[in-house]
Amino acid sequence: MSVKLTLNGREITVEDGRDLLSVALEAGVDVPHFCWHGALGSVGACRKCAVKVGDKVEMACMTPASEGMVVETEDPEAARFRAQVTEWLMLNHPHDCAVCEEGGACHLQDMVVATGHHKRRATGPKRTHRNQDLGPLLTHEMNRCIGCWRCLRFYRDHAGGRDFDAFGAHDRLWFGRHEDGPLDSPFAGNLAEVCPTGVFADKAWSKVYARPWDMTATPAICTHCSVGCNLTLNERSGTLRRVQNRYHGAINGFFLCDRGRWGPWSADAPTRLTGPSTLPDLTGAIGLGSPRASLESNWALRRRVGADHFFAGITDSEAALTARMASLLKAHPTASIADIAAADAILVLGEDLTATAPRAALALRQAARGAERDLACQKGVALWLDQAVRVAGEGRRSPIALVTPLPHALDDVATWPLRRPPHAIAAFARLIAAALRGAATDPEAAAIAQALAAAKAPLIVSGASLGLAGPVEAAAEIATALGPKARLALFPPEAGSFGLSLLGPVGGLEAAVARLDRSPGAVIVLENDLFHRADPALVEQVFEKATSVIVLDHLATETTAAATLAIPVAAPAEAAGTWINHEGRAQRSFGFRPPRPEAPAAWRLLAGEETDLDALLTCLTGDLPALAPIALAAGPATPRAHPRQSGRTAQDRAGRVPEGQPRTDPDSPLNWSMEGARAADPALATWTDRPGLHSVSAAYAAQQWIGGPLKGGDPGVSLREAAPDAGPMTDPAPGDGLIGLPLHSPFAAHEADTASPPLAARTPGPRVALHPDDAARLGLAEGARLLIDGRPAPAPLTLDAAISPGHIGLTGLRAVRAVKVKAAP
Amino acid sequence: MTGILDQLWRIGRMLARPKQTRAYPEVKPDLPPRSRARIVLTRDPDGQERCVACNLCAAVCPPSCIEVVKAETEDGRWYPETFRINFARCIFCGFCEEACPTAAIQLTPDFELADYARDSLLYDKQHLLIAGTGKRPGYRYWAVAGKAIAGKASGQGLNESPPVDLKDLTP
Repeated sequence: MSVKLTLNGREITVEDGRDLLSVALEAGVDVPHFCWHGALGSVGACRKCAVKVGDKVEMACMTPASEGMVVETEDPEAARFRAQVTEWLMLNHPHDCAVCEEGGACHLQDMVVATGHHKRRATGPKRTHRNQDLGPLLTHEMNRCIGCWRCLRFYRDHAGGRDFDAFGAHDRLWFGRHEDGPLDSPFAGNLAEVCPTGVFADKAWSKVYARPWDMTATPAICTHCSVGCNLTLNERSGTLRRVQNRYHGAINGFFLCDRGRWGPWSADAPTRLTGPSTLPDLTGAIGLGSPRASLESNWALRRRVGADHFFAGITDSEAALTARMASLLKAHPTASIADIAAADAILVLGEDLTATAPRAALALRQAARGAERDLACQKGVALWLDQAVRVAGEGRRSPIALVTPLPHALDDVATWPLRRPPHAIAAFARLIAAALRGAATDPEAAAIAQALAAAKAPLIVSGASLGLAGPVEAAAEIATALGPKARLALFPPEAGSFGLSLLGPVGGLEAAVARLDRSPGAVIVLENDLFHRADPALVEQVFEKATSVIVLDHLATETTAAATLAIPVAAPAEAAGTWINHEGRAQRSFGFRPPRPEAPAAWRLLAGEETDLDALLTCLTGDLPALAPIALAAGPATPRAHPRQSGRTAQDRAGRVPEGQPRTDPDSPLNWSMEGARAADPALATWTDRPGLHSVSAAYAAQQWIGGPLKGGDPGVSLREAAPDAGPMTDPAPGDGLIGLPLHSPFAAHEADTASPPLAARTPGPRVALHPDDAARLGLAEGARLLIDGRPAPAPLTLDAAISPGHIGLTGLRAVRAVKVKAAP
Repeated sequence: MTGILDQLWRIGRMLARPKQTRAYPEVKPDLPPRSRARIVLTRDPDGQERCVACNLCAAVCPPSCIEVVKAETEDGRWYPETFRINFARCIFCGFCEEACPTAAIQLTPDFELADYARDSLLYDKQHLLIAGTGKRPGYRYWAVAGKAIAGKASGQGLNESPPVDLKDLTP
């Protein structure tokens, strides 16, 4: 169904059941607006989007677009109304723009300028607020609040946070926590982008602040989990200044997680490795690839040492599990993050989604609201009326089953929050598969099976967070039983895991040790802290058996400390590379600063100093023709510098007046200067602002429809079909004694996360947790110091009844396995 | 003929006029205070730096000759860690002064900036900062800004009411 209406004298045809504001914005008419947000819907809180409909002034965001409507946005009466609204919104807004991080890219500034208000006529005093310390990630300046409620709608309604609320009444309205302290939600960082003024700002950016137009913008891919969210990295004077969300219709949409937003700061971490960057002779050396390195780096290492000398720097079982998950990509329809949000019945098997793929957990929370939206629809409530949908939906939730070993952050939206020990998850999932095939099983499994079978778009989620093949195989089995309507989302451990699997079958550290036994030689480790990837005893065997160990990394880690030679290379954020996400989508990331000879990209170091990315990709796709789609043609020259960049004739001129050559990038069509034209290809999008709309709130302008794909298509090419085949796997028996259970944190997954100073300040410390009964049985008390497999535990013991008996929760453990626990002497 | 006489008369008449030419540099010109030449950074009446590194001068500068890098003091004030003007490029248009929300950057009538080395036309903060308030005596940006700094808590600025009591339920 579509309706025809007249907008500013132009007849447009739009889909039925839309609000007038979205329709106008999509039609290219920039109606001033404030509380409306593409992902949060309409609430009508600010009265800013007044337009003339027929002979009445109406709020565009609260008016359904209907047949025959005549809408005038520039009608004098509507314009006067908007100007008055602006004036009262600005009544208490402080004279702060000069010392506000948001200044210059502020939605409030844009809207105030758009309505022509420039002087405060009121003479009364301004109301003020007390601010809170919101921890290391965000600032809080409540004086700047104009009460649009976006923060609360995002934090509570969208992200499910609980420790943030509205306080006070009418013009004393105040948003914050009940007490000082960091916001609990791992999505809190989005407040800095959602807030249309400067109440919340990125604290890390504020410390090294530069105005938005004084920074260069580089399109990059997040390398901190396997989802592959799109980022914009902002640089000035060669250092990282800010990380922002870059809209991608199928992946991150409008929001990022905190790990993605502050993870790239490891590029300027104090623990960066320094030293000479020349490779010694690598003849006969064994190469250990990395799930933290780009596809190019892993391939360059493989080519340098030879395919028969190349192993993955992870355990054999993890390498096999990742390869199996990659091969399942082509067996079942995969689920992008947007698909997860659109699913109507979800089964999560073992995956601690909030920690291992946070953005997917946020999408799952939206999927939970599907049933609520359906009921509201039946009652005739338009879906864009977000608050009305919540009331009319009567709190209904789509069926979601979480079968996990530990309490889950998504339990509050789950119909079946089920706790099973790690090795029992697969068995339970097989009961569901059996129920789908018509066999009688236990009632919970039957109920879940029934919900999945009844759904139009069921989704099965699993992954490597337990390091077990059982849940993954069971997920595939259920997806097969459900047929082609079911999607399967499998999350590998890291951003580069699938890249490593696509290079072909490869053994892990055990295979490397066996190889070293046969023919001892040097070992070269690529961007990997092996002690974080495998049992330290196994890693020590590598060190013992290798004649020398050469490590290429951007961080000083335990592995570089133990190595014979540690060679600094570029951080993922400062090197171009291709990353393959959980759905098999290959995306190109670019470095935020020019290649530096003191820290070259690992692939450049391995392939030869003169190589650029295009040359390398030509060789790569010649070697592996299945990966041919990643070698995209270079685009036209695109500027990273903003057209309003300031200080160009004063920067770096102290003591040397002759103007230097502009910096160039051999690996992309992106210039660090203003030269070139803005790219039409969204994969090369740098600056998206335009005169009048400078803030991230104007991201909708690049979308085909609001919340839809980007104009020019969402970036990335699918490599689903390129994965080598791998047969089904079974888990070995867990062994005797306590079974170690990996504890994941949404703020830190691996050593590059904890190297980022903002994340290091936010990450809760490591945990060692035991069920009180087990502790009593072993004679251990809370706070006891333990030896795990003969090594000191990373933290004192905490007792936690949520840990299943017979298990010990351990931060930093990569996979479920039996561990030997005793009290430290 | 009349043309020649007319010209002689017009030129000859000037002989009696007072001389306009100044013997510069021996005699310095007497320029009005609003003439636009060498740029300075002024201070608050209490001696604190006025510039808050907001970058508006740099943004508005047509030849892009101002570079500002923001830093923050322990008491919460923003200040420029770097403030550099390339006078080899400056066109003395005065836009920076107009854009400045804190009255920090001001143009003075001192126009004698010529030099033999272009390096010496790069003025850093220590060259630009003066001791006084310049043309805007009495103005303190931090008194009217809403951001709290040490010594001025939220609600203690000019024309500000005390911070809201969130538990107040009165209408």
